Amino acid sequence: MNVAELTIAQLREAYLTKSLTPAEVLTSLASEIDRKDPSIGGYLSYDLDRALVDAAGCDLSLPLGGVPIAIKDLINVEGHPCSCASKMLEGKYTSPYDATVVRKLRAAGAIPFGRTNMDEFAMGSSNENSGIKPCHNPHDTSRIPGGSSGGSAAVIASHTAIAALGTDTGGSIRQPASHCGVVGLKPTYGRVSRYGLVAFASSLDQCGPMTKTVADAARLLEVISGGCDRDSTCLNDEVPRYTEAVGRDIKGLRIGLPSEYFAAGLNPQVKEKVESAIRLLESLGAEVIPVSLPNTEHAVATYYVIATAEASANLARFDGVRYGHRAEAGDLIELYKKSRAEGFGDEVKRRIILGTYVLSSGYYDAYYLRAQKVRTLIRRDFDDAFTKVDLIASPVSPTPAFKMGEHHSDPLSMYLADIYTISANLAGICGISIPCGTVNVDGKALPVGLQLLGKPMGEMDLIRAGHAHEVAAQ
Amino acid sequence: MKVRDVAHLARIALSDEEASRYQEQMDQILKYVEQLNRIDVTGIEPTAHAGAVFDVVRDDVATGGSLSQEAALQNAPAVSHDQFRMPKVVE
Repeated sequence: MNVAELTIAQLREAYLTKSLTPAEVLTSLASEIDRKDPSIGGYLSYDLDRALVDAAGCDLSLPLGGVPIAIKDLINVEGHPCSCASKMLEGKYTSPYDATVVRKLRAAGAIPFGRTNMDEFAMGSSNENSGIKPCHNPHDTSRIPGGSSGGSAAVIASHTAIAALGTDTGGSIRQPASHCGVVGLKPTYGRVSRYGLVAFASSLDQCGPMTKTVADAARLLEVISGGCDRDSTCLNDEVPRYTEAVGRDIKGLRIGLPSEYFAAGLNPQVKEKVESAIRLLESLGAEVIPVSLPNTEHAVATYYVIATAEASANLARFDGVRYGHRAEAGDLIELYKKSRAEGFGDEVKRRIILGTYVLSSGYYDAYYLRAQKVRTLIRRDFDDAFTKVDLIASPVSPTPAFKMGEHHSDPLSMYLADIYTISANLAGICGISIPCGTVNVDGKALPVGLQLLGKPMGEMDLIRAGHAHEVAAQ
Repeated sequence: MKVRDVAHLARIALSDEEASRYQEQMDQILKYVEQLNRIDVTGIEPTAHAGAVFDVVRDDVATGGSLSQEAALQNAPAVSHDQFRMPKVVE
């Protein structure tokens, strides 16, 4: 048995029948990481000794007892490094506390193990903006794994992790999950606490599970969801038993197909896979209904105003004073400017500058306020659609994973590829990416993901339909 | 938009090479974003965040969950007298 290939469900079964111990699992994972990860770059670091100490104290009777979870490198775990894949923090920051999601994982018996690679401060769609090292797609190492949670997706796909946490601001869980052929779930805004996550765009960020199966995603989501008195945007609504949605039939479930998500720009091979997945759901009893999301074409522009504005404010904290990189400088302003110039990479600088501009006096109304109004229109599109359907189905990304370097000098062309995932964050709704087959490109089988979008707090339906598809597609 | 001026406001020093490259890229992005001006938003309320909660308050009592001074200073690039050390700001 290759331990690293197990799902959470299989690992839990092995613990309950006493055929494995957490220490054995961690040790095998560490040797798999040493063997495979140098050619993938999914991990920035791991600490086996510390994990073994955690393992010695964990209670195997708990829901995630003894399950190692890889953690995206912007989530604070006490005593672990947290670099956000940035030179600003690399080697300079050790978390003084646990994020709420980590506290919840520990309370359920899980063991945080390994820090996964990402685009610097979660800004990017390819993981090429990692300030530390590149991350490769395990299905074709000349291609990107997606981003920003590229490392979390790659370590699951290459079987160097059982499951992982990622974060999603404009598709950063769903898009890498799609490109790497794993499951990624972005919860409803407010479903999961953001306390202890290094903030990128506070009104859009959400933490969620990245796993090998939909059932595993349900297990993780059930643990990390719920109110938090340190995040005022986190909702206190009762957490449903997400695992109970696994195995429910989908007869009568109404699934909307937005015409705008199947228009020009969608790769024909991807389109065919996604349409075939939707036909499969239909054959299982779902009712497929055309819907319209007319403001889709404005989503990317709206997002890159709002997300950069929020980022420019959030990243002001990295000023070389309390933590992170500090440059040598004679006066305070020079210290700020040089520390940030040396610590931040290209994309982070671009977004901070753009965000500062759209919030600056004289431009605020024209850019930021207007984008917030268009955001209202985008949200209304979904409100209208969800009066007719329970879920919306679409592609995750217009193409399979692209080649490293393909969009290197043209940031806008990369932004445009986020078109199918960005609206869910603007509207605050939930979404999942599930594998729906592969397409052959240059002799390599590249995964394609099906995206299902749900109503606010509609995660039960995502899991129900996602699992039904997963079982039927096997 | 003059990239170098905005970068100063954002407290980021730019090299000449960065300034000219970002200028070109930023002009292209802003040109794309201008499509928002074509949308009629008359009477539309702005959305600041999509959550359903607003103005959450709690009782004004210490929760005991704060970091110790030592933990708060552990990642500081420069510390002096148990405080963050900074360049002089007053002449």
